[in-house]
Amino acid sequence: MDLKDKLISSFLAFENNVDVDHPVHDIRSEAIKNFESKGFPNRKQEAWKYTSLNSLQKTNFSIFPKEVNALEYKEVKKYFLHEVDTFKIVFIDGVYSSFLSETTHDGVDICLMSAALSKPVYKKVIDEYFNKIASKEESLTTLNTAFSKEGAFIFIPKGKMPIKPVEILHFTTGTTEASLLLQPRNLIVAEEKAELQVIERHQSLTKNEVLTNCVTEIFAAKNSIVDYYKVQNDLDNASLIDNTYIDQKDSSVVKIHTFSFGGKLTRNNLNFYQNGERIDSTMKGVTILGKKQHVDHHTLVHHKEPNCESHQDYKGIYGDKSTGVFNGKIIVDKVAQKTNAFQQNNNILISDKATINTKPQLEIFADDVKCSHGCTIGQLDEEALFYLQSRGIPKKEAAALLMYAFANNVLESVRIPELKRRINTLIAKKLGVELGFNL
Amino acid sequence: MAYTEEELKKELETKEYEYGFYTDIASETFPKGLSEEIVIAISQKKEEPAWMTNWRLEAYRSWVQMKEPEWANVKYKKPDFQDISYYSAPNSKAKYESLDEVDPELLETFKKLGISIDEQKKLAGVAVDIVMDSVSVATTFKKTLAEKGIIFCSISEAIKEHPELVQKYLGTVVPQKDNFYAALNSAVFSDGSFCYIPKGVRCPMELSTYFRINQAGTGQFERTLVIADKDSYVSYLEGCTAPSRDENQLHAAVVELIALDEAEIKYSTVQNWFPGDKEGKGGVYNFVTKRGLCEKNAKISWTQVETGSAITWKYPSCILKGDNSIGEFYSIAVTNNYQQADTGTKMVHLGKNTRSTIISKGISAGKSQNSYRGLVQINGRAKNARNFSQCDSLLMGNECGAHTFPYIEVKNKTAQIEHEATTSKIGEDQIFYCNQRGIDTEKAIALIVNGFSKEVLNKLPMEFAVEAQKLLEISLEGSVG
Repeated sequence: MDLKDKLISSFLAFENNVDVDHPVHDIRSEAIKNFESKGFPNRKQEAWKYTSLNSLQKTNFSIFPKEVNALEYKEVKKYFLHEVDTFKIVFIDGVYSSFLSETTHDGVDICLMSAALSKPVYKKVIDEYFNKIASKEESLTTLNTAFSKEGAFIFIPKGKMPIKPVEILHFTTGTTEASLLLQPRNLIVAEEKAELQVIERHQSLTKNEVLTNCVTEIFAAKNSIVDYYKVQNDLDNASLIDNTYIDQKDSSVVKIHTFSFGGKLTRNNLNFYQNGERIDSTMKGVTILGKKQHVDHHTLVHHKEPNCESHQDYKGIYGDKSTGVFNGKIIVDKVAQKTNAFQQNNNILISDKATINTKPQLEIFADDVKCSHGCTIGQLDEEALFYLQSRGIPKKEAAALLMYAFANNVLESVRIPELKRRINTLIAKKLGVELGFNL
Repeated sequence: MAYTEEELKKELETKEYEYGFYTDIASETFPKGLSEEIVIAISQKKEEPAWMTNWRLEAYRSWVQMKEPEWANVKYKKPDFQDISYYSAPNSKAKYESLDEVDPELLETFKKLGISIDEQKKLAGVAVDIVMDSVSVATTFKKTLAEKGIIFCSISEAIKEHPELVQKYLGTVVPQKDNFYAALNSAVFSDGSFCYIPKGVRCPMELSTYFRINQAGTGQFERTLVIADKDSYVSYLEGCTAPSRDENQLHAAVVELIALDEAEIKYSTVQNWFPGDKEGKGGVYNFVTKRGLCEKNAKISWTQVETGSAITWKYPSCILKGDNSIGEFYSIAVTNNYQQADTGTKMVHLGKNTRSTIISKGISAGKSQNSYRGLVQINGRAKNARNFSQCDSLLMGNECGAHTFPYIEVKNKTAQIEHEATTSKIGEDQIFYCNQRGIDTEKAIALIVNGFSKEVLNKLPMEFAVEAQKLLEISLEGSVG
């Protein structure tokens, strides 16, 4: 039985475990129908031209974890941003771990999707926001919607700000299951003038294969500020399809940083919809790959109203047999005059077998706009390398220094210093050097 | 009197197609529809050898199994391929040595188009192979070319007289099965131009062909094959205008360029086919496959000025097979009213030290849609490949659209790729700056648009550059310096 059929038949079993009378269940039923008619995307579709899901579809994934694995904090401490205090929402094999988590209902709600779906007090929020911007057409998103049950739920009321950043962590162990398919569903709502910082991480702890198909919806109301950091440094057995949908209202600022260093196959679908004026949307990414890793960044910024800005900056370093894809799309509607959209994608290939496919795309329907995109593919500057070597820095370290400098633009805008330090260490490790980069 | 962008827009909208007229020449036209019989009939009509007939049939058979491509960013009513007559030829078929013998009505047509042959003859060294509804009716300067060993004739003539060359090269760059329209063209092409430059010869004049669609309801399927042998050079010009017609006309041409070692081909196009009227009615459908193959140290340069056609679907490409070969693409695409253009290029780097440059300028006005679609592909063995791409779009009015779809695929770490794209309108500060210095708004707009397209206009041969500026639908007359 292929994965699609398995998923569709599992939906019946899934229905036994959820409240089928809840209004959300109509959304789920609608979504599974869409997935049933569309199936998994294939390479004939323009959006999936460079990323194949064939091998994943052949894997026999278990859709429901059978037992919950407990983890000791010391085993997983290093994956937390333990230097600072944070709110934590932790899942082990898709099941919430209250032992490792730290949630709150004090002024702000940082809790679970399952709680939000079941408790009447959240009904209004769920009715207003759940599945409102997530695509109802894209097959993998609807697959997630169909099985949506668990994930992070963050609700920041008007003018509030949580006292510390929020960490969302997904650990997979799969000790009893051969391979695991996880479909977390996150909903993040920042009301007027609210502010929020989120760090999301998916981490596999064993050699068992895992596929995560994650959907996150972010609603940023008037004058709100949302900072979202995605750390993707998983093991080689883990694949991630990350779909993020962001709805922004007047004068809101949303920044998404994506750090892709690991995983077997990573696909990031980042969709910004600007439903207001004077909005600022920023998406930045650093990708450093080796082995046979594959990362595909798909971004979309839809400028629907006047006087908005968007900034994109993606840096990629590709080694070994890795492949990288960048597909950035900017749509400027007819009414979205005075839009300022900027997109940049720079890449360095450091191996003969590495491949980069990039497609920066502009679709402009308004005339009074400033839109530009730039894209480069090149190598490290020989002269700069020589300069560093002539001053006694070994070649490997010199190359790492240059690559670090190349990616630094993106790191500069990380607003949590501890996270920045953590990313620096990860970069040094990925480049195989013993440099702190805390210069 | 201040001349504003609004007024310019209005003027553009109301500007009718200047070259819309219809020459009444009795044409010999095939019944509508396409089948193996029609393909065989076309082949027989042209007295082609058996290998050619089989080649066409092979193309036809694969075409039947193909589907029309739908990926392009254009919307149109699909042509009914069984409602088109696949062959039409002007009746007076005699070949002329001098202009006096040419049907005076034809000559009148050319005069209206402003391509008077007399003038052309006088202009320094331009040989014109005029194609009117598929059959070559006049070839001039042939003798001068023959002295150098250059073959410049219609492709049907070449099939008869130089079968070894045609057989060797036809379909090598654009195979019959390449795409839907290329397959259709391979099956039914009625005529076109053939050019062969022998080893070490530098073609002394610009070769040029004028294409024109004349007969109502006939598709035009041109086939062009240009071969530059080792160490030779040729500059080839192609210019197009078509009479105004209410129903959509289909044009599916194929152009193949082959540049052998050290050879250089410069291929320039000015396209001004009927773009449809203000309501978007009528207009030519232009689905063209153009591709060139570069051997060692060879160079192919495409320059195009696209101002006409209701739908343009065109991607002149370079396959940089040989080491150190160079590919260039310079394009201006102007769309107005309801025109839609999806155009760009493909640069496929296979050899070492290959270089390519892409400069694309899109100007959209009215309710038109203008897309750039390009591919830069660096293969694993293409060491030290270099590409520079720049696509700029200028938008006039808020009802048009500009789109950019650049694909970049790199499989070699020594490649250096740069891509830049910008979209903007004519800046008010730029106009203000000009006004301040006593340049009125009309001249300022002309100046800015001219400056915007200059990089490409500069690449056109002198004789053509003049005409290209004329054809740029934006009325810049009197202000282009």
